[in-house]
Amino acid sequence: MTAVEVLKPGLLTTPQDAGRMDLTHLGIGRAGAFDAPALRLANALAGNPRDACALEITLFGPTLRFRRDAWIAVTGAPLPVRVDSDEQPMWSPLHLRSGQTLELGAAREGCRAYLAVRGGFDLAYVLGSRSLDVNAALGPFGHPLRAGDVLPVGDTSLVPASQGTPSRKWRLDARHWFDAAIPHTLRLTSGTHASRLDEDSREALFAREFRVGNASNRVGVRLQSTRLQLSTPFEMISEGCVAGTLQLPPSGEPIALGVEHPVSGGYPRIGQIAAVDLPRLAQCRPGDALRFTPCTAEAALRMLREREQRLRKLEIAILQRLRA
Amino acid sequence: MAEFSIETLSEDALLLRLGDRIDAEPNARIHAIAARLRDMTLPGIHDIAPAYASLLVRFDPFATDGADVLRDSLRKLASEPGVHADTSPRLVEIPVCYGGEHGVDLQDVARHAGLDTQQLAARHASMEYRVAMLGFAPGFPYLLGMDPSLHVPRRATPRTRVPAGSVAIGGTQTGFYPRELPGGWQLIGRTPLTLFDAQRDPPCLLAPGDRVRFRAIDADEFAALTEPAEERGEGSPLFDLRDQGRSRK
Repeated sequence: MTAVEVLKPGLLTTPQDAGRMDLTHLGIGRAGAFDAPALRLANALAGNPRDACALEITLFGPTLRFRRDAWIAVTGAPLPVRVDSDEQPMWSPLHLRSGQTLELGAAREGCRAYLAVRGGFDLAYVLGSRSLDVNAALGPFGHPLRAGDVLPVGDTSLVPASQGTPSRKWRLDARHWFDAAIPHTLRLTSGTHASRLDEDSREALFAREFRVGNASNRVGVRLQSTRLQLSTPFEMISEGCVAGTLQLPPSGEPIALGVEHPVSGGYPRIGQIAAVDLPRLAQCRPGDALRFTPCTAEAALRMLREREQRLRKLEIAILQRLRA
Repeated sequence: MAEFSIETLSEDALLLRLGDRIDAEPNARIHAIAARLRDMTLPGIHDIAPAYASLLVRFDPFATDGADVLRDSLRKLASEPGVHADTSPRLVEIPVCYGGEHGVDLQDVARHAGLDTQQLAARHASMEYRVAMLGFAPGFPYLLGMDPSLHVPRRATPRTRVPAGSVAIGGTQTGFYPRELPGGWQLIGRTPLTLFDAQRDPPCLLAPGDRVRFRAIDADEFAALTEPAEERGEGSPLFDLRDQGRSRK
């Protein structure tokens, strides 16, 4: 079987797919790729089904040796891709020969990149998914990649583009799928407790620029600015949580929940990031500036559906191109 | 008609809320509504997660009218006076070795409650609890039904490692640590049962809505019941009248 050896693991490299479904009631979160469209496009370019297991790379990538020929693709935050020291493009199907070394460097901007390999990383399913929930230590290996780990690659004859060998080089236009603009601008729909913010804080939420805190991770992106305050503090009991919720803990510094958010929580919800902007949240790195613009729930849903249509069309177009 | 609200959390999630109190009655209704909703097998629904007084439901945002159908169903279920009966949930017995090395805070907790350690253990084991919800960590149950005399503040400094199976009290709540985790609750005992195992189906010994009883055991029985790591078995529900909230595979 084809396999990939981890020579250097990178800063925080984890196997991710679409995540775990239907286990929230047991206290088990979804996990999965934080920048989900980037994972899907990496899979599409590698010729995989969209939910195949790929690697999520954080800020600094791994160095991997391929024991067999392989087709791969790298998407997400721009970083140097070197195959035996030759610079190669992202957002493009790449062919690696047996014995070659793939070195992924430091992200120039953004935070998370994705490496897919044709056949997918054939790791053990844990509760229906190959995603590593870093915080719950749940998933293949139970920990992020380490030097010496060996990643088996699945059967390449079973994937949609099994016959695909692109005849000449091409790449996707990444502009629609990675937005480098700083400050990151995220659309925010109203949260349950938004009206409980005091007047200054209600204004500050959309007027101020926030700074992404160092303690940000897949659980949540911590935002620093002037402290936001409720007009009257109140206690609430634990309720279900979802990714993209902007919580306000007593510190006054909001936390935008990521894909490893706790399944329940008891902090006031002052906003909900439009799902279509979760990739932007995923690409926030510590120190980045971020701001919010108001958005209605209807517009957020419409934009999400439109993006899904674009993604599906693109996945089909990529597959056709791989087979051409 | 009981009061409720239905809130859109995100493009793919609704939250039904029956109130803002930690109380057995709204929690029982939440479990009953969750069971009814699960039985309806609406298309595109993939997470039905009870909390103390609310129910989170996730759905496919790309299915036309998915949210509307779900919202109507939740509204109907929450309005029906019939949907609050306690639907004979499972009763699970958890053997617990109280005190000693297995419950290093038992003495402090007993002193706080004005009891001796045996009285405290007996009182904790005499109640019937209900799994209000699971959260914090995979398989971590929040239990309702603890005697108010056993309420005790959390530790000032949380422990970085609480052993798996530890039975603990934190504030007004009691529960146990399904895996080794950091935690600030007071440790009063430990169960030899494996509460969470990702390789097991279902992975958690307890499901939301289960009834729970603790049975005091001594250190010898604890040792005898400790399952070898390589052959962890299923838990031992006394009755299995209704398999509520279990993962469907």
